[in-house]
Parts: sequence; structure tokens; C-alpha cells
Amino acid sequence: MRVVVGIDLGSTTTKAVLIDEDGQVVGRGITNSRSNYEVACGVAREEALIATRFTSLQRELEKLGKQESARKEMIHEAFRMELYLDELAKLTAQVGRVLKGLTYVGSRATLAPAADEVLATMAEEAPQLFQVGVARKSDFFRDLAGAAFVAASEGVSVRRNVPYERLVGLFDRAVLDVETQLTTHSFGDLLARAARRVLSEDSPETQAALLEAVERVAKQPIEELTFVGTGYGRQTLPFPKDAVRSEILCHGRGAHRVFGGTRTVLDIGGQDTKAIQVDEHGVVTSFQMNDRCAAGCGRYLGYIADELNLGLHELGPLALGAKRVVKVNSTCTVFAGAELRERLSLGERREDILAGLHRAIMLRAMSLLARSGGVENELTFTGGGCKNRVATKGLGELVVQNYGEGITPDAHPDSIYMGALGAALFGLDDIRAGKPQILPTFAKAAEAAPAAQ
Amino acid sequence: MTTVTQSAATAHEAAEKDTSQVEQKRMIADHFEKLTRAKAEGKKVVYTFVPGNLTELIGALDMLPVLPEINALQSGMRKKSGAYIAEAEKSGHSEDVCTYVKCDLGMLKNGNIGPTGTKIPSPDLLLLSYTGCFTFMKWFEILKEEYKCPVVMLHVPYQSDGEITPEMRQYVVDQLRDVVIPAMEEVAGKKLDMKELARRLALSKQAEDDLVAVWESAQNRPSPIDGYFGGVYYIGPIFSAFRGTEDAVTYYRMLRGEVEARVKAGEGPMTPDGPAHEERYRLVVEGPPNWTHFNDFWRMFSREGATIVASTYTRVGGLYDTGFRHNPESPLESLADYCLGCYTNLGLPTRTDLLESYIKRYKADGFLINSVKSCNSFSAGQLVMLRELEKRTGVPGGFIESDLVDPRYFGKANIENRLQSYLQMLEARRGRASA
Repeated sequence: MRVVVGIDLGSTTTKAVLIDEDGQVVGRGITNSRSNYEVACGVAREEALIATRFTSLQRELEKLGKQESARKEMIHEAFRMELYLDELAKLTAQVGRVLKGLTYVGSRATLAPAADEVLATMAEEAPQLFQVGVARKSDFFRDLAGAAFVAASEGVSVRRNVPYERLVGLFDRAVLDVETQLTTHSFGDLLARAARRVLSEDSPETQAALLEAVERVAKQPIEELTFVGTGYGRQTLPFPKDAVRSEILCHGRGAHRVFGGTRTVLDIGGQDTKAIQVDEHGVVTSFQMNDRCAAGCGRYLGYIADELNLGLHELGPLALGAKRVVKVNSTCTVFAGAELRERLSLGERREDILAGLHRAIMLRAMSLLARSGGVENELTFTGGGCKNRVATKGLGELVVQNYGEGITPDAHPDSIYMGALGAALFGLDDIRAGKPQILPTFAKAAEAAPAAQ
Repeated sequence: MTTVTQSAATAHEAAEKDTSQVEQKRMIADHFEKLTRAKAEGKKVVYTFVPGNLTELIGALDMLPVLPEINALQSGMRKKSGAYIAEAEKSGHSEDVCTYVKCDLGMLKNGNIGPTGTKIPSPDLLLLSYTGCFTFMKWFEILKEEYKCPVVMLHVPYQSDGEITPEMRQYVVDQLRDVVIPAMEEVAGKKLDMKELARRLALSKQAEDDLVAVWESAQNRPSPIDGYFGGVYYIGPIFSAFRGTEDAVTYYRMLRGEVEARVKAGEGPMTPDGPAHEERYRLVVEGPPNWTHFNDFWRMFSREGATIVASTYTRVGGLYDTGFRHNPESPLESLADYCLGCYTNLGLPTRTDLLESYIKRYKADGFLINSVKSCNSFSAGQLVMLRELEKRTGVPGGFIESDLVDPRYFGKANIENRLQSYLQMLEARRGRASA
């Protein structure tokens, strides 16, 4: 399979999209952005490669019949668990190094066995995280392992009389190193391990047929024709200048690809919001974005989640339970935090305040939309906020209020990938125009290591 | 703008220097030298603003002009404005006050040391000859308190209908004759010699003709000039202390010669990195530049091959390319027309017409607005203009935001992001058009 890779290095998450030579999406990957941008890109790209192979596996399993096809999810979850366990082994080794580096021997003696117990508990409990049909709060190792480490530490610290903060501190220090090392996994090995785990109780014939399909998928070559990068961190991407495109152009192009009729795109990212107008070909004709201050962007909700000690993904569902929308005056992130505390102390419900905070963001976005030229027919909402149902619903209402009933608001569940999709489409243009192939260093390194496939 | 040129010359040290630049540097040094000696030699000093400046009148009365806006932008270029603004804010000026004003007040509180390192003499007169900017009035109100010196004000009616009526002209002439000139004569201690004023206005006209030729040269491909970043150097002498002097005539003749030579050689403009190598985009720019990161800002354009073929900022001290010239035959009337014709004294429809004419005449690929926080005279209504211009010309507009001299309002990553997106948008649309 020959693919073009688009990477969107955002301030919060890094996304990769693989498209084939016909421009069809074959794989998507996402990871948390981290201090090492190259690693973030490498991980996102690997996630997209994995997704591509699972698409192929689905096809192979379909050939084997409906019953086998249903196993894809099981194998997929088992595969994710194998990945998790690999990362957990790296974390365990790194925690060991952190412990060795502690200057006070006494604390090492008490912390080390406690940490061992915590990490062993995490490995034991891993299968619970990766059951088919169980919704995980996140797929990022940092989030999953962080939550598990904290949960296990609560009991262990009490039982072993070890300071909880110090125990959890080990994770914080170790995970930084774990997530800034790029290790390319052997897809074939991981998938074989996962498949064996799932198929252990099957007949030898079924096992053989399925393992053969798994092997075919693992061996299938994926040739990366070129890379195009975009996003907040694009200047620091390990790509040459020719392979970097503006995120505004990429979001416009990606959104237009999915919603061909749209002429307006609103992207709410981690630290900026962009209102983009496109023509009938998806080419940007005008845009506006927030100036300097990141008020009213994704980080605003992130900050509010921190204030409430909640996960970002929990805000939307909570706000859905609002009985009224509290008027929040400030779109300044810091002031809104203060307003939130004040409202809570006055006895307002969290749900109602959260509904108000969501509305405050959308009102700010409406101002940018107006400045960019307004909405004519259809509005496509992209960026991380799309997964938040309160945000999409609130935006839809405001758009209709401001621009009339005839407006169609769109928000694709995969809208977070629109920038990376646009980048990949630009990459395909480049290849079709005969421009030379561009492979970033991490892709070259992965190519040099055959085990990676 | 005089001092801008000086700084520009410094910025270009690595690159080859045009003779005109060397000449301008000499002129500026001479002027500041004169200012330093002013008090000892009994010369009177007049503070005034760039728009609507009455330099010929000041010169004819043997007084020396100081332009606080230029001192402020100079402080911005010399990275001193941040501290000056903080100083002004300490004394109670809000974050929303024009940063030129705060920078000037901060400089005053710090000993009023000018760009050449010497103290700028205190004013004997504050000459407010343009009221299109309300802030100017407040600025001099504050300076009046600080310096305890007289203010003379010329009220300039707004050109809301896009034309100067005979009544408007007469109203300004009457004020010049009955109020402004007598007040200036009193400070100068001498009577105005109308022949000397006319002689100076004739010199102004010569320099203005040459400057217009320089602007018009941008119709060539490649344009031999950058009409915004490079342009602010070109307006240095004419918008400040030198209009109506032999020095200015010499400078503009020299500059015009150099530009014509570049046209013949098919050369593009100078940039902070030396001569431009390619002209990928021809842009028209509306709004003042940012001064605190002037060269960084310029490089964002020049490194992408974007040349500014015309800008409105370089017309703030005179719209010569629409035909106005100082006229020795009717001195007071032409001074009145000059003050009434300031760019920021024009209504949005007139400004839009002007931008449209630039986009068409200079065959621009796009036009960009740099909207500054400090200046409502410039920034109010810019988005309306943008939409209207897109509609009329079909040329895509871009919008970036910064400030004059407050370094806190220059978000490099944000501006770069918008600018690159804008240029890539032009490229994509160009590709689409050719496809």
C-alpha cells in the first residue's frame, strides 16, 4: 500500500492521517503532544500505521466469515493492551532509574517496594482496561497509566505507610522520559501476541487460519510516499520548509473534503481558534484567528477541568445535565476560574456553571466567525472541542440564532483529524505534481529498522 | 520619521548602503546637532505632529521642529519603549492609552534623551496643527502641564464627504492667518516673511514630485522599492524637519536616481538581508508598522518574497500621489489643503477608494491590514474596508494585529502564523486560478 502522511502537531494533541493514492483515508493516529515534538509526530504516525493495518485486518477477517470478523475488536483491544504492557515495562525500568537517583537511601528503601507493588498492580489490572465495549477515558499511555498509578498508590501508600505524594511523584518524573523516547514497535510481534491471547481457546484450525491472516497483514508493506506537517508546532517539525503548510489552509481543506458543501470552518484548538472561509474547492478565501490571548480556546476548558479536578472529557457530559445556563462574564481563562469558584461558593450547580462556560467560549467564537465573513450555508466545526456535545450543540444554536434557520452545522466525530487530513491532501497534490518525496528523520529511522514492520 | 531612517541605516549596515541613505543620516545628525545647540543659540523649539505638520512655516520663522511620535517610534526601534510605557503606566496612564503617548511620557520622565543620545530641548511652543486625531489634543494637554509652555491649535475639519469644500479651506486659512501664525510669531520673536514661506513651499513641491516618482516606480516588476518597510525610510525627510529645505530636494533627487537605476537594472528592493532575490507576492498594506520588532516583521515578508508595492501608512504625512502639492502661489491655502488631506482625516469610503486604486494601479496579488491596538484613527472600520475591497477587486485581503511601540502586543508566532497562512492562501488561489 502506498500512502501519504499528514501530521498536525497541535499544542495539546498530535494527529496523523494516512491517505492512499486515491485520497481515501486509510488510517488515523493521535497522541498527546509532549516536550519532544519529533517523538509526538513519530507516535502519532505509528498509531496511524497501526490503524491502517487494522483496517486491512478487518478485510482479511471478513474474508474468513462474519464470526471471525467480529473478532477484530477483541484482537484490537488485546493489541492495545500489549502496547500498554510494553510501555509499562519501560515505565517500570524508568521508575527504577529514578529510585536509584534518589540521594537519601532511606527513602529509596521504603519507596522501592511500594513502587514495585503499584506497578505490579497496574500490570495485573491491565486486562480490565482493555475489554471490548469498555469505554476508556483516553488512549494515551500518560493518561491511562497516570490514572492507574494514582489509583494503586492510594491503597499502597496507606498499607506501607509511604507518603502518597512521593510515590506519585515517581510516576511524574519517570513518565516524562518514557514518553519522549521514540520506540518503534514490531507490529507483527505485538499483533501475534494479541491474537494468541484472544484465540487461546479456539480450535487449532481456527487459530491457524486467523494467525495466517494476522501474519499477512503484518507483512503487508506500507510505503510512505511523502509527509506534510502542519499545526501550532509546525516550525519545529523535523520536516523541511517545503513540507510544512499553514494549519488554517489544512483545516479548511480537510473540513471541505469531509463536508463538500461547507464554506465556513470553525476550528477550536488548544490555544487558538480560527474562523475560516473556503471556496467550492476547499481553498481558503479569508480567515480570522484569536490574537495573542488564548481565552476561549480549548485550554480554557482544560483549565476549568483542572480547577474542578475533572478530566477534560468529563466536562461536556456533566454540562449536559444543566438545568439553566449561568451567565459567565469572563472569557479570560484566569478570571473565569475565579468566577467559577465564586459561583460555586454562592451555591450554583456545577452543571449549570459549566454550561455557562461552554457558552462563553462559543460566544467568543461567534465574534471571530462574524469577523471572518459570517456563515452563509453550512458551518463545519473542527478541533478537539468537537467531541464535546455541549459545545457542538451550543454552537449550532448560536449559529442559527445569528445566521438563520437555513444554516447546517456539521461536526464530524473525527473532526479533530481535519488538519492532518488537509495536510495529507496537500501532500498528495505535491506527489501528483511530481515534487520530491519528503521523509522526516523518524520515518527514515523506522525504515532502517526492519523489525518495525 | 527622520530617526527611523537613521535606525534603518544601522539595520542595513551589513548590506550595501545607498548614497541617499548616507545623505539622510547626515541630515538627521545635523538636525539633532542643531537641536542640542538650540537653547544656547536662542533658537526656539516647536513640538508638532507628523500629520498636518507645518514644517515650512516653522522653518520660515527660523524655529526648529521636534516630532514626539517619531521619538516614540524611535524608542520602539531602540527597544526602549517597553520601559518607557511601564513608566507612564506607573504614573496612571491606562493600558488602553495610545502607546506613542505613553512612550513619549516615559521618555520625558527619563530625561528626554533622544535617539542620538543627547537631551532633546524642551518646547517653546506646542503646535497642534491637526485635530483628526483626538489623542494628539490630549497628548499636548499633558505636555503643556509638563513643560508649562503655550499650545496653539489649528482645528481641521473631518473630510466626511471625501472632499475639501471652499468653506473648509477658508476656515483653516482664517485660523492660520488669525491665530496660528500670530502665536508662532510671538514665540519666534519675529514676523513671518511670506516670501520665505513661498520659497520653502517651492522647495517642498520639488521634493514631492520626486517622492511621487519613487512611489510610482513600484508599478515595475519587480518593484525596485518596498513601499512600506523601505517606504518608511523614504518618507523620513519629507514628513518631518526637512520639507521645504534644499537638503530634502537633494535627498529626493538622489533617491529617485537610485530607484530609476534599479528599474533599469531590473533589480528589486533592499531588505534587512540585502537585495531581494525574488518577487513572489505584490502586496498593498494598510495600517502603521510595528516598530518594536521592525526588522523581524519586515523579514516575515521579505523572506517569503513578499514586496509591498504601496501602503497607506507612508501617506500619513501627505497624499502626494493623488495630486496634492504645496503651492508657493497660494501658501496658506495649500497649507490648509495639506492639513485637510491627511490620510487619517479621510472617511472610510475615501480610504477604501484609495486602497482600491493602489491594488489596481500596482497590480497587487493581495492586500493586508496591520491593525494596531494603539490607533483608533487607523484601526476603526478596517474590517469593513477589507470586505468592501475584496468585493470590489476580487483580490484577497489579510488581517494581522500588532501595535506601534508596545512590545507586549507583538505576538511573533501568531503574526507569523497568520501571515504565512495568508501567503499560502494566495499561492493556493493562484494555483486554482491557473488550473
